[in-house]
Amino acid sequence: MIAHLPALQVVIPLISAPLCALLPAGRAVWLTAVSTSWLAFLIAVLLLNQVLAHGPVSYLMGSWPAPWGIEYRVDVLNAYVLLIVAMIGAIVMTFGRLIVERRIRLPEHKQPWFYTAYMLCLTGLLGITITGDAFNVFVFLEISSLSSYVLISIGRDRRALTAAYQYLIMGTIGATFILIGIGLLYVMTGTLNMGDLAARIPAVADTRTVHAAFAFLTVGVSLKLALFPLHLWLPNAYAYAPSAVTAFLAATATKVAVYVLLRFFFTVFGAGFSFETMELDRILLPLALVGIFSASVVAVFQTNVKRMLAYSSVAQIGYMILGISLVSVTGLTASISHLFNHALMKGTLFMALGCVSFRVGAAKLERMAGIGRTMPWTMGAFMIGGLSLIGVPLTAGFVSKWYLVVGALEKGWWPVAVLVLITSLLAVIYVWRVVEAAYFKPAPEGQIVREAPLALLVPAWTLALANLYFGLDTSLNVGVAQQAAEMLLGVSQ
Amino acid sequence: MAILGLYNYWIFIILMMCGFYVVISSGNLVKKLVGLNIFQTSVFILYISMGKIIGGTAPIVMDKAAVYSNPLPHVLILTAIVVGIATTSLGLALVVRINEAYGTIEEDEIHAQDREEAL
Repeated sequence: MIAHLPALQVVIPLISAPLCALLPAGRAVWLTAVSTSWLAFLIAVLLLNQVLAHGPVSYLMGSWPAPWGIEYRVDVLNAYVLLIVAMIGAIVMTFGRLIVERRIRLPEHKQPWFYTAYMLCLTGLLGITITGDAFNVFVFLEISSLSSYVLISIGRDRRALTAAYQYLIMGTIGATFILIGIGLLYVMTGTLNMGDLAARIPAVADTRTVHAAFAFLTVGVSLKLALFPLHLWLPNAYAYAPSAVTAFLAATATKVAVYVLLRFFFTVFGAGFSFETMELDRILLPLALVGIFSASVVAVFQTNVKRMLAYSSVAQIGYMILGISLVSVTGLTASISHLFNHALMKGTLFMALGCVSFRVGAAKLERMAGIGRTMPWTMGAFMIGGLSLIGVPLTAGFVSKWYLVVGALEKGWWPVAVLVLITSLLAVIYVWRVVEAAYFKPAPEGQIVREAPLALLVPAWTLALANLYFGLDTSLNVGVAQQAAEMLLGVSQ
Repeated sequence: MAILGLYNYWIFIILMMCGFYVVISSGNLVKKLVGLNIFQTSVFILYISMGKIIGGTAPIVMDKAAVYSNPLPHVLILTAIVVGIATTSLGLALVVRINEAYGTIEEDEIHAQDREEAL
């Protein structure tokens, strides 16, 4: 059983997807989805433990030897990302029942399809992360993308439909670029296995085909991870999707795309090719900086809080890319640990907003006036998430920003470090606007708002407390991230 | 002659750019999907071309030693074709829903309605 954990990680959610579609609407289908997602989380924990204790795990699908068969390869980096995806998947699914029952635009008898789409999305994201086969990445990418278009389109606002359509167009262009890139690599090397690709690319690295493959892959994955200026699909998609879907996608989908970028840059092409031959850091660094700054400024002027946090996500993705463009162990540690920390904070914030919109309708600033007194627990969780987003010490968000600033100073790039601090101040402004509305403005006359139900508060607070815990005990989020960074750069441990 | 010999790759590039242009320039949501389809189909041609070996036959084991075409890209692209169908059908389903919600499938009219609603 233990030997088959890598396969079970993907197969269990995959099987539960059709199962959810067959069950009638009600508790049973939710219980199936919740138990499956917690099982996936358990498997991810076991896998990470196994990898930390015994080194990378290689699993041959159907016992076909690599590089001919499909190999699932789990090392420190993807075990860590699997843990993030499975953890958020499980917590948000626990959160999701009331949202599905009351807050999405689906008649009751069609609600099981929500769980099917969610499970397929989880399968896709876990599959992208665990596989060691380049073409398999594309297939799982499309599984997760197609199901996330469906999930976004069932938001209550009709703009969810156009947002999903726009994401479908942009996402498909991105995925097709990735497909072209993988095809060009196959032409030159005759293999799709990532380890095998890494061994064969150096011999042909100096050809225009490999350079083109690199460019197609970079642009394609950047579209999926919403790197500035390819982020245009993200704000609407996050703003109009149901809040459980936003919490799930914001905390996992872009993280997995960043992982794919890391995997291709460092493992498949190698840091030397990506950053010395192709000089990618010269493109990534300005894009990251402009993205961080412009998205933070735009976030300040939003009145829809969900949309505000969506722009903040674009800025946070900029921080991760900034860490990559430093090409140092500290920079990569910052990026990889920010995958984890950002998942915690955005998961908390979007779930808190889910509680808000459950009681007051759309999460607009004017509707949130005075709810700090009527919904103290919800806004408490929001505050913790907000502090973590700003990067206040003792929260998880501080840890990754600290490494990012240290990494920039190590390189002597003090203007970059200053910009990181300035944009953190911009985060103070937009989080403050919510705090001001919720705590310092009087509630509108006659508005009676009750605290959100426990079924929503408990998952939101679980993640909120995780923000505090991982701000103090950094052995998991930074310790493992540092091991992964050292592995990617080939520094001996 | 070398350029003409690679004509299927030229077709791939021309089709890809045509499709991409339609996706970007068209304001009609269905036409955008048509463009997306052409864009995806061009990649199928890329994959099928690279599996072809001059003088190669279908990859069926025979007694005589023969040169086979590489079947793997063809199999890969079968998967991508399925993905393309799923994407198109999901996209069209979304267009139907957009038409029900907005009464139009022209992008500028949808934006105009959204702006009016925001005011």
